[in-house]
Amino acid sequence: MEKPEDIKLIDENGLRIDGRRFDQLRPIRMEVGVLSRADGSAYVEWGGNKILVGVYGPREMYPKHMQNPTRAVVRARYNMAAFSVDERKRPGPDRRSIELSKVISEALSNVVFTEYFPRASIDVFIEVLQADAGTRVAGITAASLALADAGIPMKDLVVGCAAGKIEGHVVLDLCKEEDNYGEADLPVAVLPRTKEIVLLQMDGHMTVEEIDQAMDMIMKSVDYIYELQKEALRRRYVRYAEEIEEGE
Amino acid sequence: MKMGSKLAEDVVSEIRKDYIMNLLSSGRRADGRDFEEYRKIDVVVNFAKRAEGSALVRLGETQVLVGVKMDIGEPFADTPNQGVMTTNVELVPIASPTFEPGPPNEEAIEIARVVDRGIRESKAIDLEKLCIEEGEKVWIVFIDIHVLNYDGNLIDASALGAMIALKNTIVPGSKFGYEDFPLPVNHYPVAVTVAKVGKTLLVDPCLEEENLAEARLTVTTDENGDIRAMQKGLSGSLTYDEVKKVINMSQRIGKEIREKYILSGD
Repeated sequence: MEKPEDIKLIDENGLRIDGRRFDQLRPIRMEVGVLSRADGSAYVEWGGNKILVGVYGPREMYPKHMQNPTRAVVRARYNMAAFSVDERKRPGPDRRSIELSKVISEALSNVVFTEYFPRASIDVFIEVLQADAGTRVAGITAASLALADAGIPMKDLVVGCAAGKIEGHVVLDLCKEEDNYGEADLPVAVLPRTKEIVLLQMDGHMTVEEIDQAMDMIMKSVDYIYELQKEALRRRYVRYAEEIEEGE
Repeated sequence: MKMGSKLAEDVVSEIRKDYIMNLLSSGRRADGRDFEEYRKIDVVVNFAKRAEGSALVRLGETQVLVGVKMDIGEPFADTPNQGVMTTNVELVPIASPTFEPGPPNEEAIEIARVVDRGIRESKAIDLEKLCIEEGEKVWIVFIDIHVLNYDGNLIDASALGAMIALKNTIVPGSKFGYEDFPLPVNHYPVAVTVAKVGKTLLVDPCLEEENLAEARLTVTTDENGDIRAMQKGLSGSLTYDEVKKVINMSQRIGKEIREKYILSGD
């Protein structure tokens, strides 16, 4: 999208349109166990993003011909609510959400011990209720929390985070204006313990050095987001323990 | 294992897998190539004469036919002075026993979107030159990729075919009362895909290698060696060092392919 003349993404003090420094994340809030019917769930607010994830499974996979006799299939569905964006989004899967569902499914399959659940499906429903750029990385961050909440054995959580380029500068975690009028976007998801990359996409224009800078910013914020995830899980299970005690 | 995917039914037998993995550990590929060696590319330009531009690309045994058709329509509201481009991939059942007829599945959509991203983000087509009347009438570029034989690495074959077809496209102005003119193409992105099999990075994976791969990374570079698009696929992981290696390979191999197959007609 062309940038209107009157929009400046970086001000004279070197601050971004929402007042952040180049390497600063937006505020992130996470909560686990927010849906009673789902086997696991999580809610993440990340800047202006509001994302709700529900996990169902492991359960017998339908249609049956999609079952894998040796392992579970992790099936993520990324879905945007019609009212989640300025211009109403036509409900149902479009080509973008089909692609995102695919790469998110693949990334989550990496952490789940799928071999424990032959023929099962693990369905991960990612609902974007309010979108503000970076929905796929916020979504996958929430999805891994919801999987953990469902008690599904995993080798690690997954942390998503994006960086990009605006007005020639590499910056962390683009907001909507930056995504619309910026020059590049690099969404990444990693396993926080090993820093292995399980999701990586990029569009726009970056040199190798800029990619390096962007990856460095992302990797530096992974541990912080990981801590938020662990805290959210702890809060949930402390509450759970208290509920059990009260019940006795 | 991919879900909902008919491609996933292509399996490599255990004995063949052992053979290939053993070869890889001794530094060789089953088809005799080096790890960073591309398969033989063969291009037939303007194969489909009813298209405004077309290219038949053979990448080893993989074959794709890309046709470009043009029409006049309305621009998008947020880009009133630009033409429109769309990319579509058809995995037609002629190309593999595992392809089924029907609307594009997620594999086809992913390939189309990765190819589209490379062309769009490198600003390969000068879309502003495709504006006829601002906000009212613009040229629409339809890039249709028909996969004819599937032996791996459809992304690279499709991206290359698309660029060659675009470069040879004549906008059919005379059909609409204007003049014909060559499609304005300014940049030449090239996609290079690498598969990670075991710990080995294999450039331009054939089908068998694709089926053994844990992860896949496509990097699209422009003529300056800058990166315009990336896409990781499959459920395996990559280290950042591996990503950097793939970027390097893509820059080097992309340059060769661009010079030899896209710019050579100049």
